[in-house]
Amino acid sequence: VDVLYFLLLAPLIAAVLLYVLPDHPVRDWLVRLAAVVIAGASVYLLATAFDKGTQLIAFPTEPAGLVLEGLGLAVALAILGLSIKYRKPVAAALVLVQVGLLLWFSVVYSPGMHAEHNLFADEFSIVMAVIIGVIGSAICAYAVPYMRTFHEHHPEIQDRRRMFFFVLFAFLSAMFGIVFSNNLAWFLVFWEVTTFCSFVLIGYTRTEEAIDNAFLAVVLNLVGGIGFTAALLWLGMTGGSIELDKLIAGGAAIALVPATLIGFAGLTKAAQLPFSSWLLGAMVAPTPVSALLHSSTMVKAGVYAIVKFAPVFANTLPGLALGLVGGVTFLAASAIAVTQSNAKRVLAYSTVANLGLVVACGGIGTYEAVWAAILLIIFHAVAKSLLFLGVGTVEHQVHSRDIEDMAGLITNLPKVGLMMLIGMAGMYLAPLGMLLSKWATLRAFIDAPGGVIFLLLVAFGSAVTVFFWAKWMGLLIARPNRGENIESRVPRDELAVLGLLAFLVVTVSVLFPWISRYLLEPYVFTLYGQIAQLGQDNIIIMLLMMGTVILLPASLLYFRKGRHVLKPYMSGRATTDDMRFSGSLGIQREMGLHNYYLEDLFNEPRTFRAGVAVTVVLIVLMFAGLVLAGGFA
Amino acid sequence: MNYLYAIVFIVLAPLVGGLIAGIDRKITARMQGRVGPPVLQPFYDLGKLLEKEHVVVALSQNYFVLGYLVFNLFAGALFFAGGDLLLVVFAFTLADVLLVLGAYAATSPYSFVGAERELVQVMAYEPMIILAAAGFYIATGSFFVTDIAAYPAPLIVLLPGLFLGLFYVLTMKLRKSPFDISTSHHAHQEIVKGVTTEFSGSTLGMVEVAHWYETVFLLGLFWLFFAWNPVVAAIALVIIYLAEIFIDNATARVRWGFALRSIWIVTLVLATLNIVALQLLGGL
Repeated sequence: VDVLYFLLLAPLIAAVLLYVLPDHPVRDWLVRLAAVVIAGASVYLLATAFDKGTQLIAFPTEPAGLVLEGLGLAVALAILGLSIKYRKPVAAALVLVQVGLLLWFSVVYSPGMHAEHNLFADEFSIVMAVIIGVIGSAICAYAVPYMRTFHEHHPEIQDRRRMFFFVLFAFLSAMFGIVFSNNLAWFLVFWEVTTFCSFVLIGYTRTEEAIDNAFLAVVLNLVGGIGFTAALLWLGMTGGSIELDKLIAGGAAIALVPATLIGFAGLTKAAQLPFSSWLLGAMVAPTPVSALLHSSTMVKAGVYAIVKFAPVFANTLPGLALGLVGGVTFLAASAIAVTQSNAKRVLAYSTVANLGLVVACGGIGTYEAVWAAILLIIFHAVAKSLLFLGVGTVEHQVHSRDIEDMAGLITNLPKVGLMMLIGMAGMYLAPLGMLLSKWATLRAFIDAPGGVIFLLLVAFGSAVTVFFWAKWMGLLIARPNRGENIESRVPRDELAVLGLLAFLVVTVSVLFPWISRYLLEPYVFTLYGQIAQLGQDNIIIMLLMMGTVILLPASLLYFRKGRHVLKPYMSGRATTDDMRFSGSLGIQREMGLHNYYLEDLFNEPRTFRAGVAVTVVLIVLMFAGLVLAGGFA
Repeated sequence: MNYLYAIVFIVLAPLVGGLIAGIDRKITARMQGRVGPPVLQPFYDLGKLLEKEHVVVALSQNYFVLGYLVFNLFAGALFFAGGDLLLVVFAFTLADVLLVLGAYAATSPYSFVGAERELVQVMAYEPMIILAAAGFYIATGSFFVTDIAAYPAPLIVLLPGLFLGLFYVLTMKLRKSPFDISTSHHAHQEIVKGVTTEFSGSTLGMVEVAHWYETVFLLGLFWLFFAWNPVVAAIALVIIYLAEIFIDNATARVRWGFALRSIWIVTLVLATLNIVALQLLGGL
């Protein structure tokens, strides 16, 4: 329990220290130290508490509650102030609505609602804490060399690194707050803090585009925040409980309305269609921010909320509609990812897509679905953070984030290239993590009511996923030019973090049976009294496959010997070593290799519009279903 | 699971697959009014490939091709051992992606185009195969090939839509016209040699053997529809393969865009109708 308080406070203390300290190498070391300590503490929590089941903590409401209320208000005022400064009337109006609702709640209802247990920890929140603690901290440590290079490359941007690291660590603190809060009012405050943190980080460079995108993020997330606040108000009006554990235990009968409203908030935070645009816009921020938003924080808060309420959604109309929003998002975002050549946009759409699967699982809400959802969250966090940071490093060395410019990366940056290949394989290939989770998802969908539609969405979506990852991997291993190895230019600590994450992608996949047995199965069993698993035989076969995959590279030793290396077939044209050939009229041309983007088939604006149209209808249905179910009565 | 079958598959499948390829070439030749090579020609070809000089374009390409062979073998063995059908499908996807990566690693313009087109193929057939696995599960209550094969009633009656859909996709999996878009047996319609352009000698031999394994697996998959009666199953497989040879010779390669769209539409319509009907029946 003490570790839990430590996790809530340590990042905050680190954040304040980092803000106070002057620009000095000591600060860099403090970031690294804080990262190691936070990661260590989260692992310690896992080691000591994984077998304790659900622990409810009767943390006293006052004065913490008051402090948090003040914090919520301060954040709102800060957003309001900035909206006025940058003349963003929509954001300002939404903040005012939000503050109004919140004040109404805290003046009229809050005093009458007492939470017995304000904090809690169970297997799911411990899993989340380890993701935040380990991956979030790794990203913070990576940000040290990255931001140094970033400012060397962009002298025109004001160096606000003190603020940057302050917000980075405050973000982690707020995320711990979200996953440990049992009091929904506290949950909401932390929720709004993450909105604010992402807002500041997206706007870091203060270019016009950055500011616009920061406000886009804040506007969409405030829409969700208002939904969340409405959930609290509804609970206040109907005399419901404000405690997460009681609501979930109460099931759909008492919790469907708040669950749906919070699920709606989750959709905005998890960047599901039709709200996905803010996450795409968030790419203007320095890459560690994207890595953080996509893997261990922000969007994960959104799906955490939805999966947390999954038992409430099971077999309800709003749950089905919510799940379909996720399913449609999965297919549409995967299709759009095919058409993108900007590496960060491909990663962003892939995040949106995978979170869609998690949301689909949450909406379906059966025991198998919850189990699959948590697996997806874990594996996605590891692989996606690796990929974002990898792209960040490549961008600094190759000066482009276009996939086409990464052709031959395995020659120029062999280690980084290899790690990115591991990350991508981790996103879609057997026997690595995400494929395991997709497998679990498929099985959950088949058994679910309305499963056919989910089945179709996931079958087509996965096929598309294979296409865009494999063609990217292909460009990395192709060697169109005999480029030089420039890996020595990459800062060592960047490589170290990438190496750690690549190691985690493989290890977590190998450890999967144990993660499932000691964390996920007990969690699912507590909620449903049933256990989901893949079966003993299958696990052995997966491990066999893993062994084969790990051993196969040994064959390279054999294949290196006695081979006669020739140039590729160029229709008999005279070709130089760096693949220049004599074209027509004696002009020498360079060979170029380009991926397919299938833009006529999966055209981005068209697919996006279609996805938005379908999901908007589904969200309307979600609320209509709530009324039909008599939820508001 | 039955490991004996897995071993039998690993030993015999290349022989059966090679023989099928030989008969295929003979019948194809007759359809085209030629005499055709001896039935054992594929084995002679393989023997010659293995003797050739070790020539590569990129050192890493053989590694990927070996992976392609190993995982084809792995997936097929898992299927015949009676394992989980979804896992079999995923292992085959991994194998196919490794072949594609081998073609990319070669960095030749022709194998590069072949790799892209092979990926289009994966994208085209993957949904149908996943949905077929799901259909078997809904019909029999198990993903395990052992249970599906032991199902007492004729599955073809329960899953006619999935059968037709899989048959449509089979043309592509067997690399036959009109869907042989990444590499073809018909030289006149090929972009050099597509995905296998830069593979030669023993490397190309591995690709051939892997394809034989895959052919046997695919026939095994169709066997499941008729598994309740082995005689009917055997006859059905012969008819299915003959039909594929006929289609191969009667059609020309289509554009990849058309191949992708048509397979997706067929998948969407047939699989949806079949699965929905099945669930309605199950509910009665």
